[in-house]
Amino acid sequence: MYNGFIIHTFTQLTSEMKGTNLGEFEELVMLTVAALPDDAYSVAICDELSNQTGRSVKLGVVHSVLNRLEEKGFVKSQLGEATRARGGKRKRFYQLTAPGKAALVRAKSMRDDLWGRIPSLVWKNG
Amino acid sequence: MNEQRQPQPPRWAQRFIAWYCRPELAEDLIGDLNEYFERNVQAIGPRRAKLIYSIDAIKFFRRYTVRTPSAVPFFINWIMIGSYIKTARRSLLHNKLFSSINIIGLAVSMSVGLLLIAFVFDLRSYDRFHKNGERIYRVTSVLTSTGDRGKYATTSPKAGKLIRANVSGVDEVATVRSDFAQDARVGDAIVPIKGYWAEPSLLRILTFPMLEGNPETALREPYSVVLTETAAKKLFGTESALGRAILFDTLAYRVTGILKDVPFFSHISFEALVSLSTAEQLSRNDPTVGKWTSIGANFVYLRLRENVDRASIQAQLDAIAREENRAETNTKLQLELLPLHSIVVGETLRQSEGGPGSTGPHMPPVVLWILSGLALVVILSACFNYANLSMARAMRRFKEIGLRKAIGAGKRQVWQQFLVEAVMISLAALLLSFVIFLVLRPQLINLAPEMQRTVKLELTPSMVIAFIAFSVTVGVIAGFMPALFFSKVSAINALRNVSTLTAMRGPTASQANWSVNVFRYATVRRALVVIQYTLTLIFITTTAVGYVQYKNILAFDLGFTTENILNIDTQGNKPDALLKELAELPEVTALSRSLIITSVGNAWGGFMKYNNSQDSVLVMTNHVDENYLPLHDYKLIAGGNFKARPTTAEAATEVIVNQQFLKRFNIGNNDPSQAIGEQVTFSSFRVRNRRMTIVGVMRDFHYGKVDNLVGPVAFMPWTPDDRAVVNARLQSTDMPATMAKIASVWKTIDRVHPLRAKFYNQEIEEAYSDFSTMIKIIGFLSFLAISIASMGLFGMVVYTTETRLKEISIRKVMGAGSASLVFLLSRSFLVLLSLSALIALPVTYLFFETVVLKNFPYHTPVQIAELVVGLLAVLLIAFVMIGSQTIKATRQNPADVLRSQ
Repeated sequence: MYNGFIIHTFTQLTSEMKGTNLGEFEELVMLTVAALPDDAYSVAICDELSNQTGRSVKLGVVHSVLNRLEEKGFVKSQLGEATRARGGKRKRFYQLTAPGKAALVRAKSMRDDLWGRIPSLVWKNG
Repeated sequence: MNEQRQPQPPRWAQRFIAWYCRPELAEDLIGDLNEYFERNVQAIGPRRAKLIYSIDAIKFFRRYTVRTPSAVPFFINWIMIGSYIKTARRSLLHNKLFSSINIIGLAVSMSVGLLLIAFVFDLRSYDRFHKNGERIYRVTSVLTSTGDRGKYATTSPKAGKLIRANVSGVDEVATVRSDFAQDARVGDAIVPIKGYWAEPSLLRILTFPMLEGNPETALREPYSVVLTETAAKKLFGTESALGRAILFDTLAYRVTGILKDVPFFSHISFEALVSLSTAEQLSRNDPTVGKWTSIGANFVYLRLRENVDRASIQAQLDAIAREENRAETNTKLQLELLPLHSIVVGETLRQSEGGPGSTGPHMPPVVLWILSGLALVVILSACFNYANLSMARAMRRFKEIGLRKAIGAGKRQVWQQFLVEAVMISLAALLLSFVIFLVLRPQLINLAPEMQRTVKLELTPSMVIAFIAFSVTVGVIAGFMPALFFSKVSAINALRNVSTLTAMRGPTASQANWSVNVFRYATVRRALVVIQYTLTLIFITTTAVGYVQYKNILAFDLGFTTENILNIDTQGNKPDALLKELAELPEVTALSRSLIITSVGNAWGGFMKYNNSQDSVLVMTNHVDENYLPLHDYKLIAGGNFKARPTTAEAATEVIVNQQFLKRFNIGNNDPSQAIGEQVTFSSFRVRNRRMTIVGVMRDFHYGKVDNLVGPVAFMPWTPDDRAVVNARLQSTDMPATMAKIASVWKTIDRVHPLRAKFYNQEIEEAYSDFSTMIKIIGFLSFLAISIASMGLFGMVVYTTETRLKEISIRKVMGAGSASLVFLLSRSFLVLLSLSALIALPVTYLFFETVVLKNFPYHTPVQIAELVVGLLAVLLIAFVMIGSQTIKATRQNPADVLRSQ
């Protein structure tokens, strides 16, 4: 139960600290949005994240992160078609924007950079 | 069909989200939750799925989902409020009867609320004048000894010393002893002075500003006394008191300071503070004073350092207690902290033996809750009236609402309009209720002596604001239901011909929806009437039953006579001279001496043993002289009265016991005559293992109050070293004159203290004063409840007969008689009233039999008569209300009615 909450507050904190930089959880959500090209709506993202990370991810957390990402301009969204499921309510599908993609690439390259700097010696001795 | 059966998410949760959520987020959020819900229904069943849905709906109430209130509707509302006030005023003036019923009912009930608010404000203002009050605490002792555990306000001085020495985080510690009450002598003037023995640090902890003298040193030296302004004036008049000498007993004290008078709202009050070092010198030979468990009459106050955690102090106190309790065998003492602001409104603490007679004003929160509950019932009753009458008269306002809606008023606006109307009524009622408040205030204060000492109920600005806020709240509560009702009316229905709708009971298909709505509210109205009358009946029957029980307690056969017996407190004087003088009065027929007055809650006692040295029993005692038993008509069933006249407590060896005593120790196989001459040993805080002989056995009597079970009691001879109450049996046709004689006799014995004498029956009455106060309060509230409910009923009856005037006329023309018409009109009300009676009477009966009277083992059972008398009173009033109106309606000439309508 608390797991989701802790992650949530954590991401809030980190995102505040880093300005427009990506928090770890935000990055995961964006990657998932990218990985689900035609089906990236909140419940599906939530499920996918839970499957991939192996931890229980709360809908409330995903929802608020998506909302914040949209505010930052990293993702955009549009409502889908109404169906009989979900009590007739439409889904909101998310897509990465160009700045979002750029932010993901930047984050990845920064990591790759750091990985590249680790002398192979460290791993052998560790 | 199939889809209908599927479990649906809770509607309220969906509505709740739709209400708070930004519209652009709401749809997919609800959709997401629905999806989860469908999943959960499959996985864990519909019930838990619904629960999770509801919890999620609340959890999504976050900053980013909540819509920001838009400024535009507010602006429109602001413009409209002027119009609402105007229409409200018109509608108030248009229906004078209903407006006055509402205003008077609300005013009367709100005055109770105002009194309660003022009461709570007063209680909350206690001890707020101390600086850093939130850091000040008083130490509470939790004393456990042989199975008995009690919390006491007093603490041993040793605990104070240990806290000062060992506890870190404490700024100041002050020990205070409460038993300073002596006669001060200055020249020829003798003035009794009450106060505390106090350490200098007390004036650093509690804020009592010093006018003259040095607060740091004033209480340091032995035989220093600090007076309040008033006490100084009493002793020295206009002369300066600082540095002057006062004689207490034979010892000379010096005045080292003058304090400002203690404010009224202070939990401790005193005329003088005497340095505690004096008390330490005076009692240096008493070994019990320094003991860890002798909590006696000492209070310990302390102030914590800033930002110190209370829990850390508590841990240190526990450590001290652990260390000290090791040396104790039977008694264990724990220390706790009681915040200064929780002393007056807070836990009830016991009084320790030899401790202060009263620990100051105190109010357990539960009493406040009960009073608030009762006041709420009365206020709700008036709110029900308002809701009822407004909805009953709905038909008259439908056109207005229909028009408003047709030209664009939304639900919210109609809703607001009716709330504004209700708030206006309640504000008007506030003015009237304030007048009632001013009238009732002295009554409430004079209800009981404790009340006078506890509250003033004087207005403060914050209290006025609270009154207004309270009145607005009442208005909103009263107007909520009608507002909801009116806001739901649709414009089309409202504008349709209203009169046909009211008469219509068999709705056609197109109107079904609408009339269902009206009738649903009619059910609500009936329910409100039933609730109102049920509560009213509970109130009045409680008063009746309580009153009868109270009278029974006062007339209770205690096992001895209390008639015409005057108890005179000797106040420390030797009783012999007084006895001699009193015996010369012709009105005094008998005299005796006793240590305490029994049956009014006083207790004295010690431990007794019979043959078995392990079996020690707490026995209640009284020390009485040989005249006491005959004077009070105690029934001796074996043996005789005291014969010896011992002069010291050690020499008193005769004892007279009651039947329970024999039963408890199984002396003489419960045969009283065999018990005579048996030996018992007695130990108290004064004597140890004194051998005593049973010389008499008396019939059981009630030593404690009526709510205590009769236990073992032993009477012992009164000895001159005991405190004395003189019991005088009087026979006089002119009591005031006799009392004046006794007072003048007293003057010759004691010039300083006024006579303190009370009749035994009066003492008993005072012992149960909290009971009588409660009955008075509930009685008053039930009177209000009846008036309010009756007014409401009256309004309803007037309204229904008015609307059915045409029907009545037609029935009359067709040949219906007056009696049958009256029955027709009042039938529905009678059904409602009987329903209330059916609920209220058993509830009251069970309440008394299972809750209240459980505490009184010797009570008389609740009689049917007491239950019914209240019911009859209420029914009678209701019948008069209903009857007068219905008869008036049936008397009207049908020709007039039918012509005009």
